[in-house]
Amino acid sequence: MKKLSFSTVMLWLGLIFLYAPMFILIFYSFNASKLVTVWGGFSAKWYMELFKDQQILDAVWTSLEIAFLSASMAVVLGTMAAFVMTRFRRSWAKLSLSNMITAPLVMPEVITGLSLLLLFVHMADMIGWPAERGRLTIWLAHSTFCAAYVAVVVSSRLRELDMSIEEAAMDLGATPFKTFFLITVPMIAPALTAGWLLSFSLSLDDLVIASFASGPGATTLPMVVFSSVRLGVSPKINALATLIIMAVSLMAFLSWYFARRAEKKAKAAME
Amino acid sequence: MSKRKKGFRFAIRGRHFTLGFPFLWLTLFFALPFAIVLKISFSTAAIAIPPYEPTFTYGDQLLNIALNLGNYLLLLDDALYYTAYLGSLKMAVVATIGCLLLGYPMAYAIARAPAKMQTVLLLLIMLPSWTSFLIRVYAWMGLLADTGLINNVLMWLGVISEPLKIMNTDIAVYIGLIYAYLPFMVLPLYANLVKMDMSLLEAAADLGSRSINTFWKITLPLSKGGVIAGSMLVFIPSVGEFVIPELLGGPDSLMIGKVLWQEFFNNRDWPVASALAIVMLGLLIIPITLFHHYQSRDLEKEA
Repeated sequence: MKKLSFSTVMLWLGLIFLYAPMFILIFYSFNASKLVTVWGGFSAKWYMELFKDQQILDAVWTSLEIAFLSASMAVVLGTMAAFVMTRFRRSWAKLSLSNMITAPLVMPEVITGLSLLLLFVHMADMIGWPAERGRLTIWLAHSTFCAAYVAVVVSSRLRELDMSIEEAAMDLGATPFKTFFLITVPMIAPALTAGWLLSFSLSLDDLVIASFASGPGATTLPMVVFSSVRLGVSPKINALATLIIMAVSLMAFLSWYFARRAEKKAKAAME
Repeated sequence: MSKRKKGFRFAIRGRHFTLGFPFLWLTLFFALPFAIVLKISFSTAAIAIPPYEPTFTYGDQLLNIALNLGNYLLLLDDALYYTAYLGSLKMAVVATIGCLLLGYPMAYAIARAPAKMQTVLLLLIMLPSWTSFLIRVYAWMGLLADTGLINNVLMWLGVISEPLKIMNTDIAVYIGLIYAYLPFMVLPLYANLVKMDMSLLEAAADLGSRSINTFWKITLPLSKGGVIAGSMLVFIPSVGEFVIPELLGGPDSLMIGKVLWQEFFNNRDWPVASALAIVMLGLLIIPITLFHHYQSRDLEKEA
């Protein structure tokens, strides 16, 4: 039997540290007692109450809609940027694009949020658009920062891709446009899916940027959760949190699965 | 012939569009907003909609530029702001060190695990970082409270006789920061450690180096890139963190992200909030450049 090393012990302790709080939260969401810290028997009543709360249901719908549209736009933007980063010749425009696309990854959210809000206020002042802050402005903000993540995922895939297939298609007379949609897109499809799913969960999860970019017109789910959580722990939020953890874990797992399948396929193709 | 020519012309336009569309989008929604923040940071707060006075005015053939340095002077003058900056830096440094101490052995263990286990362990590390951030911070509220689970268990075990005050203190913020950003430390460290040439370690062992000595002299220096990338990924967002100090911290745990939020939403002082953002960006520019430097070097190595 191998001796248990220090690093292995730390790994398991670290994993317990990462997962225990979430499992305890899930466990307590089935607590019948209104007192969150006292166990009062098993019950699913907080879930029932959750489904009666119209404000939360509206927010869920708003969040899903914004996340769907933002993820789709982010994939378009991020893929175009990734294509420029990996396939275009060096130029000042390419350089500044690759700097701008990755910068949101390391920018504190309060700064991104504040700067976007000031932009929207200025634009409304000067050209009268966007007239009201709400879904549209959150969508613009989320598309921009999610595109950064898509660009990273897609560009690493494009870099690995065998260029000779694309070159062959173009030698045979296919236009670059046709080559892109008939050859490149099918080959990077898993990376596109992974990027879309990642963007979807990022957008669904974002509180800070959405709070700045939104106006009275739209309230997303994290905004509702945050304003309720500020007042303390509540069993209803425990139930909501459990559902969110389940849903996002599923999304994350799917996105990981697609990325991995793509990797396996690429390896199989190379051999 | 004509078809080919048409295709060629389309290609030129297509190339321009592929570069131009994301370029314009990001200029409009990423670069331009920073210029506006800089501009607003020099304006004067006013009770109006929007709540500040214009920096540029034009009248009687005169372009007036009113740059108000008062916001920046206020940041120097009022102890609240520089205590908040120092508080943020302190919290971020402690959180980074905590993540490094916990994350390094974890990354090391994953990198040495059998290849099949590695992908599963990596997924286990990544999964929480994709699960709702807000919810994960919230989970600690129930654990750390005076009547929370940790205190209840410790009292039941008889370790303590009255509840420990953890919630609404700096310790709660540290726990929250380390918990939230640990995966961002482990992943780049793993990516670095897994590429390490094992023969170097074997050579050291063959020559009689003890494993602790080998670690300090070989493993750690070789993983410098991973340590820097991971530390920056923890440090940079920690400095601007808002949710964690707001939910877990108390009135004393001042962090700049929280102060900026309050200036903006509660006091509606947009110019001061902008000045706070500009100074924060100034503080972060060195770590951000450092991160970019190592990141691009890594990418070039792979290519």
